[in-house]
Amino acid sequence: MIFTPAFMAAEATDMKIAVLSGKGGTGKTLVTVNLAAAAKTATYIDCDVEEPNGHLFFKPEGITEEKVTVKIPMADEELCSGCRKCVNFCKFNALAYTNKLIVFDEICHSCGGCILICPEKALTEKDKVIGTVQKGTSGNVSVYTGIMNVGEASGVPIIKKLLEPENQEADKMTVIDCPPGSACIVMESIKDADYCILVAEPTLFGVHNLNMVYELVTLFKKPFGVVLNKCLDGKNPAETFCIENNIKILGRIPFDNELGTLNSNAEIAVNESEKYRELFSVLLQTVTKEVQSCGSC
Amino acid sequence: MKIAIPVDNKTLDTNICASFGRAPYFLVYDTETKESAFIENTAATSPGGAGIKAAQMIVDNKAAALLTPRCGQNAADVLNAAGIKIYKTIAGSAQDNIDAFTDGKLSLLDDFHAGFHGRRSN
Repeated sequence: MIFTPAFMAAEATDMKIAVLSGKGGTGKTLVTVNLAAAAKTATYIDCDVEEPNGHLFFKPEGITEEKVTVKIPMADEELCSGCRKCVNFCKFNALAYTNKLIVFDEICHSCGGCILICPEKALTEKDKVIGTVQKGTSGNVSVYTGIMNVGEASGVPIIKKLLEPENQEADKMTVIDCPPGSACIVMESIKDADYCILVAEPTLFGVHNLNMVYELVTLFKKPFGVVLNKCLDGKNPAETFCIENNIKILGRIPFDNELGTLNSNAEIAVNESEKYRELFSVLLQTVTKEVQSCGSC
Repeated sequence: MKIAIPVDNKTLDTNICASFGRAPYFLVYDTETKESAFIENTAATSPGGAGIKAAQMIVDNKAAALLTPRCGQNAADVLNAAGIKIYKTIAGSAQDNIDAFTDGKLSLLDDFHAGFHGRRSN
């Protein structure tokens, strides 16, 4: 028997929630997957394109796949005069000139600068596949997975593709599983989110990483709150940090053998355990209230 | 002919730098004139692609050979395209390696490592 509280009917349907943390392994995917599963219907978007793992829990069916490409330069040896303006321009050192121009595809960040700067118009663009976006369904959850090919410079183009408006259905809540850290790929993932959930561990290292994403969401002027994961009895430095900085604590997930076992068996806790169905339903309710109360977003 | 060596300091008795792309200096030595020059490696602080930029400097300084303990595949691609031979250094100072090179005692470097940023080994 699965517990479904009455308030679920009142969930904000089209909110976009991004889940992030300063480091890997804090519980972003745990929180994101279980929030999506706790909702009546949801879109789950895995933006952790370097190591997407939400699909392991959802096991989506009916998968369709789309390739993601970027533009990289291609040199016309006939037109190239060897002036090397492009080589000197490239801040990523993706170009070298010996007796002809050499382009290092893996190093190129697709900024297009070399093509603009070439006085001989010897450089043109060509497509290069850097990864894929997979779409599938798992029960009432639409599952989007971004997969970046090994060795590519940046996952940003894949995240842009994942977050295209048509992937976020109007009558569904969208939950975004962000990459770890606070770099460009995370910025791209939270850019259009209505609300950010920061997941934190109860350690000093956890506080350091929480502070990184705290600074990021503050810079982005996003409304946000913290989920304290792996909670043990005793002092929680992440909780202390939240209290000191007046940060809303949305919920607490215990450091629990049952949850750990479910998770490591790629089971969605909400679907297997009444206790966790309730915990994540209450968390979803809290987040929904937060989103609704922040009005302007 | 000119040979280039990645070095830690601007002296002939300097250690060879363990990294090619991130070496602070390159010693450029002319085997005919016995003249040596130290050039600063501006690639050393690059966030990425240091080996490519460092190799470009070796090309631009018209060295015919590079003496280095190790070298990445990207740098090797640039050096090979320019016809620059890559030799593996031996223990000892820059001068020891110059002597070994002129005596024909250095062997060609043939195991290039993949980049540190996930470049596929294809």
